[in-house]
Amino acid sequence: MRPRRKPFDWSTALVTLCVVVAAIVVYVRDGWDRFTAVFLGDLHIFVDILPKMAAGCLIGVFSTLLIPREIVARLVGAESGLAGLLIATFAGVIVPGGPVTVYPVAGAFLIAGADVGAALAFVTSWTLLGYARALVWELPFFGANFVMWRMAIAPAFPIIVGLIGRYAVKAFAARGIKI
Amino acid sequence: MTALIVGALLWAIVAVLLVVAALKGGSLVTTGLREGALDFLRLTPRVAIGVVGSGYVAAVLPPQVLGDLLGPNSGWVGTAIAALAGALTPGGPVVGFSIGVTALKSGAAPPQVIAYTTAWALFAIQRVASYEVVAMPARVVWLRVVCSIPVPFLAALGAMLIGKP
Repeated sequence: MRPRRKPFDWSTALVTLCVVVAAIVVYVRDGWDRFTAVFLGDLHIFVDILPKMAAGCLIGVFSTLLIPREIVARLVGAESGLAGLLIATFAGVIVPGGPVTVYPVAGAFLIAGADVGAALAFVTSWTLLGYARALVWELPFFGANFVMWRMAIAPAFPIIVGLIGRYAVKAFAARGIKI
Repeated sequence: MTALIVGALLWAIVAVLLVVAALKGGSLVTTGLREGALDFLRLTPRVAIGVVGSGYVAAVLPPQVLGDLLGPNSGWVGTAIAALAGALTPGGPVVGFSIGVTALKSGAAPPQVIAYTTAWALFAIQRVASYEVVAMPARVVWLRVVCSIPVPFLAALGAMLIGKP
């Protein structure tokens, strides 16, 4: 089951409060002209992103409905080696859903005896490259150019974290500590 | 132009998913469309507040403060401040991305903002505490956090090297 977004949350309330205070300060300090100039400048960006946001929501919902989570779990859990890290990274990119679905999947791999490095690569990949959050949240806020360059830089990072993780697990195991 | 291509690509993916859902039959198409529409309605006011509102917050913040702390000349100290701020940011994506885009509008440089959003994605305290530690063994979570410490710096370095975005 997909997690539901609550109709009201404290994060949004806090951001709204900051925005209202800032808007009042701008109006009192700089006057009506500046107030409308700021509003119209950013309204344009907002209208521009609405269709993309709608597409993002539909992609998120339909991919969750169409891709069984077990398939993703099997692919990452069964593999090891560099191929395992690559598959884990790829799985993190395509796995649908938010933290409520992703962390339990990673936890399930580990219980099933999966490699810790692969689990780390999977979680890191989802946080940095997961399309769901990028489409629904990051793209509307930052725009396509910023998101594409940030993502272009990121693909090596899950592999790096997975390799460091594996090395650390071995180093701990040599001292008799099991992670 | 980039924005147009991204938009077209997104709707092409939606079309493919719709066709697959229709072929699978049942109520998949109507369920998906209804849930997607609900998500969109829930999301719109949040993004509106974040995107339109960040302009006001940026207008209020003294530009030289963020510019000095996180601007193009802030270097590794600026990157470290950005990474630490990202890890300590409470709340969900509305807060994290609102702060990031506000910083960008008020004079922070893209590499530092990338370090901020990367650190937020990797370490955001609330997500780690309320979702990750609950679902995964705590030792593995802390191992992940420690192994990820270099990543925001590598991300900022990558952005500096290619000179984008």
